[in-house]
Amino acid sequence: MSGIPHDHYEPKSGAEKWLHKRLPIVGLLYDTLMIPTPKNLNWMWIWGIVLAFCLALQIITGIVLVMHYTPHVDLAFASIEHIMRDVNGGHMIRYVHMNGASLFFVAVYAHIFRGLFYGSYKAPREVTWIIGMLIYLVMMGTAFMGYVLPWGQMSFHGTAVITGLFGAIPFIGESIQTWLLGASAVGQPALNRFFSLHYLLPFVIAGLVIVHIWAFHHTGNNNPTGVEVRRTSKKEAQADTVPFWPYFVIKDFFALAVVLVVFFAIVGFMPNYLGHPDNYVEATALATPSHIVPEWYFLPFYAILRAFTADVWAVQFASFITAGIIDAKFFGVLAMFGAIAVMALAPWLDTSSTRSGVYRPMFKWWFRLLCIDFIVLMWAGAMPAEPPYSTISLIGATYWFAYFLVILPLLGVLETPEAEVETIEDDFKAKYGKSDATPAE
Amino acid sequence: MSHAEDHEGTRRDFLYFATAGAATVTTGAAVWPLVNQMNPSADVLALSSIEVDVADVAEGTQLTVMFQGKPVFIRRRTAEEIEEANAVELSELIDPVARNGNIAETADASDANRALDENGEWLVMMGLCTHLGCVPLGDGAGDFHGWFCPCHGSHYDTAGRIRKGPAPENLPVPVASFVNETTIQLG
Amino acid sequence: MIKRITTSAIVALALTTGGAIAAGSSEQHIEDFSFSFEGPFGKFDENQLQRGLKVYTEVCSACHGLKYVAYRNLGDEGGPHLPADQVKAFAAQFETFDPAIDDFRTSTPADKFGASNLESAPDLSLMAKARAGFSGPAGLGLNQLFKGMGGAEYIASILTGYTGKEKEEAGTVFYENTAFPGGWIAMAPPLVGEDVDFDDGHSNDLHHMSEDTAAFLMWAAEPKMMARKEAGLKGVIILILLSALLYMTNKRIWKPVKAAAKQ
Repeated sequence: MSGIPHDHYEPKSGAEKWLHKRLPIVGLLYDTLMIPTPKNLNWMWIWGIVLAFCLALQIITGIVLVMHYTPHVDLAFASIEHIMRDVNGGHMIRYVHMNGASLFFVAVYAHIFRGLFYGSYKAPREVTWIIGMLIYLVMMGTAFMGYVLPWGQMSFHGTAVITGLFGAIPFIGESIQTWLLGASAVGQPALNRFFSLHYLLPFVIAGLVIVHIWAFHHTGNNNPTGVEVRRTSKKEAQADTVPFWPYFVIKDFFALAVVLVVFFAIVGFMPNYLGHPDNYVEATALATPSHIVPEWYFLPFYAILRAFTADVWAVQFASFITAGIIDAKFFGVLAMFGAIAVMALAPWLDTSSTRSGVYRPMFKWWFRLLCIDFIVLMWAGAMPAEPPYSTISLIGATYWFAYFLVILPLLGVLETPEAEVETIEDDFKAKYGKSDATPAE
Repeated sequence: MSHAEDHEGTRRDFLYFATAGAATVTTGAAVWPLVNQMNPSADVLALSSIEVDVADVAEGTQLTVMFQGKPVFIRRRTAEEIEEANAVELSELIDPVARNGNIAETADASDANRALDENGEWLVMMGLCTHLGCVPLGDGAGDFHGWFCPCHGSHYDTAGRIRKGPAPENLPVPVASFVNETTIQLG
Repeated sequence: MIKRITTSAIVALALTTGGAIAAGSSEQHIEDFSFSFEGPFGKFDENQLQRGLKVYTEVCSACHGLKYVAYRNLGDEGGPHLPADQVKAFAAQFETFDPAIDDFRTSTPADKFGASNLESAPDLSLMAKARAGFSGPAGLGLNQLFKGMGGAEYIASILTGYTGKEKEEAGTVFYENTAFPGGWIAMAPPLVGEDVDFDDGHSNDLHHMSEDTAAFLMWAAEPKMMARKEAGLKGVIILILLSALLYMTNKRIWKPVKAAAKQ
């Protein structure tokens, strides 16, 4: 861990020296835990810890649930009921796992939008950002496959719809869909392999998380001002930062405890609120639920998927120039994945030399609009695919792409940013230095 | 160091200890369910007691039932079998302890302490050899006319007591009782 | 009746859209029954569950199964809580197929209620969780937040929702029902009022019987509800305590750093 100058671990006792010479693991942990962290981080910087907690929570409760779950089409639904009714505390463990997925996504969206506002994706943190996007993609895959396992009606027909997306790929789509499902329709092969992957992918996420942390520990954290920590001397660096332990660990744990109060209230008092009643009906291929809706965290992208119907000019144009290879269905799929891809490309699409949104007067408004757009898309994704909702989805999807592909590049040229604060120390003093100011946190 | 600072220091330490304590309790409360879930679930516990109808078991025959995943022998013994078991001196036994879950652990392995009823007609015991857990053959098998384990040649007598071979203990008698004249409750 | 709002509710508002959609059209009429088990502190009423069990046994079970519920559950605390001998006697009324003897035998408390007798009648074990009585407004999920998901209300409303009109389509008779999505249901009115006599002398008119049946089915679908709410409450209390302590510790740790900023 290079970068910001700070004190390193020094083995003192003979045993410490002995170990350090052979495996410098204590030093690694020390440097990770005591990493100099900008002292002006605000409450939007807590989500990293919440996410790490979510990953651990999901892995631990997941392993426990697997001890009682049976990945077989005839037994999966009943084994879940066995967990809910007979296993000691099984109902709580299952509800925590189920709602834990929602908490995971609440945190990841807060984390992503934090990064989008404060310019955390900009140089030199592009790699951190890209890895974060990969984590997000794997998370979505894991969540989707996990939702299949209870083998309810929504699991079954949701799987049919989502794997159908791959079927939309021209020429090879159908073979890919068959390959994914291991059959021409959703059934035992699909359930079995999704179970396997649902167990595997969280560990892939854990590996990516380590790289994610490594990357930003190398570059140093971003902070609300977007101004870098001074690295010219240890003294200046210390004026800008505090060690991660105990200052931010305790702060983040406090935030985590508050988040968990809300989480436990939901698990204890309304555990099925975020789920769908149809998933308490065992899967059958003979009847489809009247209204197939993915879980809430997929809804914005689901809305984008459905927004591009055959009567949209962009779809017609794409269809025309590719001689019909790109039809409305495939266009929707491209749009959905494209919506995530443009987000991943933000470091290169944002041309502004000012990092933090705090100093960007015009950007602020466009960003707020993006947040609203995200929520509107989420809402539209839950509504039936008919006017006026389809029109709203289309407008929302268009803004999403416009923000990344047009607004971000143009703002860097058009906007005159305000003067940034000189140093992080100054920012911290401006906040807490006033003689009798009551600190906000 | 002034008294005021000293006092503040104590208060601060108390706060830190209280926080660490609360965090530990919270973690413990979260971990316990994860451990407890591996204990037998309600449906398994529901089968920890079963009733067996023995109305059709004739003298000199035996019934093998599954109880908690293990075979249980229920034998209605003949007068000769009871007599043969009673004739054995306790000093001849390899294992002098009754191994009966219904009575004291130290009780001796007399036939009366092995049988379920006062007449000694009913013998109920786990059907797993105490050597390595094979299922012994019944109906008068072996040198002592009781049971014989084919795996490593353990011989049990008509009261299910080990008499010869590698097995160290008598076949254990599970917790059992008569609910009525024709029904035995196991567990 | 309005469900007491927890702190969670306000935050959950931000992510409501997911659970917002309920089956059915706007014409569906679901009465907002007042059940004892609503809200964070709501509990099942043992007597009501026992009455509901009686209605289920004497009426519903003719066609509908309850395959995930075991007879022993009838003795559980936080459920109908029947004494052990009554559970045993109740189970002994029925027969269960035992693959070990390849024949039917008298049921024991460890056995489960059977599956549906009529192929077209859905199993009722999870019915109260598989239906949402409330939805909206406008896809925002607020009604479910304040009134609950409404599974039990849906069942009770179905039982009281028959108008008396019938029609025949493709050889099947349909009955008009104001609570059923689409308005026409294939199930003939199962209760008319005074179908069952309750031992505790409770009113057995249609409205009360429907309520009791719905409460029983809610318990059948979520037998651990009371344990869950208790665990949730404990979790919330202990975490609030921990939050308060962490808040103070955080303040204390940062105090010198913030004090230094003033110089």
